[in-house]
Amino acid sequence: MTTQTRRTLAAGAALLTLGIAGGALAQAPVKIGVIYPLSGNSATAGNYSKMALEVGAEVINNGDADLAKIMPLAKGGGLPGLKGAKIQLVFADNQGTPAAGQNQALRLISEEKVAALIGAYQSGITLTASAIAERHGIPFVNGESVAANLTERGFKWFFRTTPVALDFARAYSSFLKEQKAAGRKTDTIALVHENTEYGNSVASVIADQFAKDGLNISQKIAYSANSSDVQPQVLQLKEKNPDVLIFISYTSDAILYTKTMKELNWKPGIMIADNAGFNDPAFVKSLASQVEGLVNRSAFSAGKPGSVPDLFNALYKKKTGGDDLDDVSVRGLQAFLVLADALNRAGGTEPAKIQAALKATDLKADQMVAGYDGVKFDDKGQNVLAASVVTQMRAGKYVTIAPKARATHEAILPYKGW
Amino acid sequence: MSSTLVQVIVSGLLLGAVYALFSSGLTLIWGMMNVVNFAHGDFVMLGMYSAVMVWTALGGGPFAAVPIAAMMIGTLGVASYFLLVRHIMKGPMLAQILGTFGLALFLRYAAFWYFGANFKTLPDTIVGGSFELMGIRFEGSRVLAGVMGLAVTLALHLILTRTAVGSRMLAVSEDATAAQLMGIRPQRMQALAWCMAGAATGIAGALIANFFYTSPTVGETLAILAFVTVSFGGFGSVLGALVAGLIIGVVESLSAYLVGPVYKDVIVYILFVLVLWFRPQGLMGKA
Repeated sequence: MTTQTRRTLAAGAALLTLGIAGGALAQAPVKIGVIYPLSGNSATAGNYSKMALEVGAEVINNGDADLAKIMPLAKGGGLPGLKGAKIQLVFADNQGTPAAGQNQALRLISEEKVAALIGAYQSGITLTASAIAERHGIPFVNGESVAANLTERGFKWFFRTTPVALDFARAYSSFLKEQKAAGRKTDTIALVHENTEYGNSVASVIADQFAKDGLNISQKIAYSANSSDVQPQVLQLKEKNPDVLIFISYTSDAILYTKTMKELNWKPGIMIADNAGFNDPAFVKSLASQVEGLVNRSAFSAGKPGSVPDLFNALYKKKTGGDDLDDVSVRGLQAFLVLADALNRAGGTEPAKIQAALKATDLKADQMVAGYDGVKFDDKGQNVLAASVVTQMRAGKYVTIAPKARATHEAILPYKGW
Repeated sequence: MSSTLVQVIVSGLLLGAVYALFSSGLTLIWGMMNVVNFAHGDFVMLGMYSAVMVWTALGGGPFAAVPIAAMMIGTLGVASYFLLVRHIMKGPMLAQILGTFGLALFLRYAAFWYFGANFKTLPDTIVGGSFELMGIRFEGSRVLAGVMGLAVTLALHLILTRTAVGSRMLAVSEDATAAQLMGIRPQRMQALAWCMAGAATGIAGALIANFFYTSPTVGETLAILAFVTVSFGGFGSVLGALVAGLIIGVVESLSAYLVGPVYKDVIVYILFVLVLWFRPQGLMGKA
């Protein structure tokens, strides 16, 4: 080796050291891993949630003057509790399969070294991805999976902000009882659900709650998600002709059921859809005119001008080019904001500190972007202040019809359809 | 028989005709050149997107979409043959499988990139909604797809068995060297087979798009059915695919209605295994 090369190398090494030292002066960003279905059958929901989280991160990193009046973290300049560290979102695609979700969780933890994880939309995938986080002792915040058993596993690193099946079942039950009192027929109720984690668990919770409340479920139809054809199911329904029909379905099946019901010309007096596919913006955009009067649930209620949901909705609308926040994207965004708040209070990125901060979370209703009463976790990691409203499809948009305190519109029944 | 049961059977037959329609391209390529096209489902998917594009860009219904999709996917078939299949046919069987499988992934992720992951649906006013005949409901778009399914599979069958071009194609499939000695150009015939298969698949996609949702992964849902239909009916037999498609459609509908939708696949696949057990070459395949 010549002296020349040796000198160059030494200079290079010195520059490199300087570079590293220089980098350390500015706070390194905090990495948050986000696992969503960015491809596969629920990709629309995943991609909208991704944009909602990006809006959330932009607000914390760069600030928003209006939001800053209400939310302490919206002043810009990153997380003050972490010396102004910015938030960096690392997205991973769960491809709609539990195996991919698990692999991505492992990759985000071991290779991207994320401080915490958010995800994973489908209950069945949250189940596997959060198990990886638990094993590695990394906090996992879930914003939208509702299967009951997720918080029954005794996990110490799992936190869920969304209302769960029991909350929805109660909302539907009291809605139906109100309708019954108003003289509508609710004698026979059919429950149609897909048979993965989400559909099975929500269906059984609804069935239990309805049995307690004296509502009669007369027909239960389970089907495999992503069917190629749903005509036989609709014909079964048509034959029994129940007064109330409840769907628990993802997007592809929601589309097929809607089209097939119109083809076979059958509709019930009251039709309820448990969110998911029937809330997918792609579904609403193309098929809203065929499900006029459909009853649904939502965590998103636009609220008064200048409120947190209203301001975030304006930012989100700009980001997506005209789409409003919806139930899924708003719950994802809420989960992110809860995690950001915890990171800020943790004062460091050590997993145990974040875990302790999440446990101490106590956010009030006025800080909420989703329609919850606040966020506070119980011992199992479930948000005890989560709530949801009952909505109805009116001319291409879901409006709030129950509970009375939050309703903006009166319910119009029977179900009109097309 | 209750009218609902008749409705179930009619729905099953129409569904089966559609299965036959999107399987005929797969069986044609197998029959011609012993190549299994694993990208078949994604050809269907692109046929569906052609229809969506014809509707969104030109405002045209299925009568414009069908020929355009046939041309586009037919061209894709020829391109796949000359750029990929012709070369991998020289390699071992595994190379053929992985080659078309790679093509499938390429097409699927190209669709993700270009069309995005969002679900698309065509407005259903295009083919005039549904009508009732003797208490049985028929939906315009499904009847159109079913009738076209029968017509296209029968046309493919007649071309292969009753025309000079068909004879030449069959000659190439039986012995390419001997056919060449007779003055037939094997590559030209094989490219023609890919073109016809692609066109039939494009037509299938354009018609299915009228009552199904379109997304980049829709090919996966449909491809499994196509493979089952083709091996059930006998690899290489267009008529076999038709019969198998109708049987599968009716069995699927009846079992979903009578037993329950979660069991329908189990019943269809048990039937499928039984057929292969007693007739490994499929219903109408050559032993």
